[in-house]
Amino acid sequence: MLNPEINLNPEIFSNPLLKSTRDGFGEGLLIAGEINKDVVALCADVTESIRMHLFRDRFPERFIEVGIAEQNLVGVASGLASVGKIPVVGSYAVFSPGRNWEQIRTTICYNQQKVILVGSHAGLNVGPDGASHQALEDIALTRVLPNLSVIIPSDSLEAKKAILKAIGYPTSVYIRISRENSPVITTEETPFEIGKSQVFWLPDEEKGEEFSGITIFVCGFLVYQALLAAKELSEENIFVTVINNSSIKPLDEELILNWAKRSKAILTIEEHQVKGGMGSAISEFLSEHYPLLIKFMGIRDNFGESGQAEELLKKYQLDKEAIKLKVKEILKEIN
Amino acid sequence: MKKKQKNSIFKNDLLALEKICWEIRQDIIEMLLEAGSGHCAGPLGAVEIYVALYFSGILKYDPKRPFWPERDRVVISNGHCAPLIYAILARAGFFKKDELKTLRKLGSRLQGHPHRLSLPGIETSSGPVGEGLSQAVGMAIGLKMNNMKNQVYCLMGDGEQDCGNTWEAVMLASKYQLDNLTAILDRNSIQIDGFTEKVMPLEPLKEKYEAFNWKVLEVDGHNLEEIIKALYKARSLFVKPVLIICHTIPGKGVDFMEWDFKWHGRIPSSKEAEEALRQLRSLKGKIELE
Repeated sequence: MLNPEINLNPEIFSNPLLKSTRDGFGEGLLIAGEINKDVVALCADVTESIRMHLFRDRFPERFIEVGIAEQNLVGVASGLASVGKIPVVGSYAVFSPGRNWEQIRTTICYNQQKVILVGSHAGLNVGPDGASHQALEDIALTRVLPNLSVIIPSDSLEAKKAILKAIGYPTSVYIRISRENSPVITTEETPFEIGKSQVFWLPDEEKGEEFSGITIFVCGFLVYQALLAAKELSEENIFVTVINNSSIKPLDEELILNWAKRSKAILTIEEHQVKGGMGSAISEFLSEHYPLLIKFMGIRDNFGESGQAEELLKKYQLDKEAIKLKVKEILKEIN
Repeated sequence: MKKKQKNSIFKNDLLALEKICWEIRQDIIEMLLEAGSGHCAGPLGAVEIYVALYFSGILKYDPKRPFWPERDRVVISNGHCAPLIYAILARAGFFKKDELKTLRKLGSRLQGHPHRLSLPGIETSSGPVGEGLSQAVGMAIGLKMNNMKNQVYCLMGDGEQDCGNTWEAVMLASKYQLDNLTAILDRNSIQIDGFTEKVMPLEPLKEKYEAFNWKVLEVDGHNLEEIIKALYKARSLFVKPVLIICHTIPGKGVDFMEWDFKWHGRIPSSKEAEEALRQLRSLKGKIELE
């Protein structure tokens, strides 16, 4: 069942509103600008595409367009932070933190200048633009950097909350968002914190549903696919837990450990390379503190290609059908 | 007493500054010898630039209050000039000169390349070249947003003119007409792999910056009077960011180091250091005789 304690959208499976995380980010950034006059925004020639035009049109004097120059984008942001601004920099994830990784490392992380980095169009769901624009490496690139948190909202509302939370967070934050619309899973009342992840789906023990022993950690665009899979599996009397692992760094270690102890296996799902991604982060933590069987779903040392988001998720085995199949495979292995 | 004209630099002042230059050069050789690694030619060649900036009275800073909001910002883009920067900051009073001998050692505040959080007086951590101008541009934009009059200085090497990042920042500086930004380029014509014009030809550098809508001033980078005049001029120019190209001799002051790119990333042996110090001291002596 959907976790009844966190006010998830009751219409998730019937008639969910469709909205992208980039839309949520754009709305959140505008609110952040209204609340805090030190918030400034910088973009590299993709302003409307990543919805920063809402901020630009409202606060033109606090918006800096650097052109197609992502290395400069983050260096300038570091300089702005050093004179008391709270810079929010946005681009496509392939270019930031892709093209400008060393500048992020030196001028923001090592230099400890607080900057909020937003990487949009992450994952396969960018679709028709093809592999060159589908960032599948950005979690790995960012989570290895000291003084940088990594957050992946699962829907537009979480994206809105993520940017607002990041403004008040003590370190720099990387927020990974998507281009494609996806169902709004949460509500305004659903809790969202950097460093906390949430159980979205779990067995209904009162109804006699017995946990099948598999906990799924999933993030971003694929959270909805995992929920669909969990729902359909429950109709086949397979009861899994689904955790929206929105906080990749810091990990919600307490939550992960709790569910690992109750589980026989963990399944991680992400729209990212398996190597170095969210699953790796969970695996690093559990290997050290509570070793158990972990299976990974993600991209296997490969690039994407053009296609519709739905077609790509199917081809790269990241849709609900692939998730159901994987859960059944794991069940065979643990029983 | 008649108040000094801003632009008039008296001969006595210049002599005092020249004396500082030769002392700083000796500090650099002594520090590198003690550290056992580091860069030699660049720091020796850029001494007059830093002395002019820090000790001519143009730069607003207070070593007792390194985070004083009214201070001018100095961004050092070529962090391998670290020994020079440290010698200057010690002389300016940010820390005691004794600490210079800890350069590059475990636990030292004097990191191999400058780190903002370890030493007062350092505005940004630097080392990877080509990034300083971006940060300086960010500071200049932010200070303008805050209606603050502080000047931002960015000290650059010529090797980092190879970097695309540098030119991204050059363009943004002219887009925002950052007249509160002065970039100072140490044109010593060497980089690790050889002479800049062989590794990656930069000329015509002045014309390139002018084409990007900067105002460019060119000076002899060992002539304190010329550098100081250019710094004042840069501060008084409006609408455009200013680049001061300082033509310098790498390894300046030690004859066997001058113009030899091998000394970019090398340090002297103890015998070479002894000879270097002998040359530097005698030059200093010459100045004192005048």
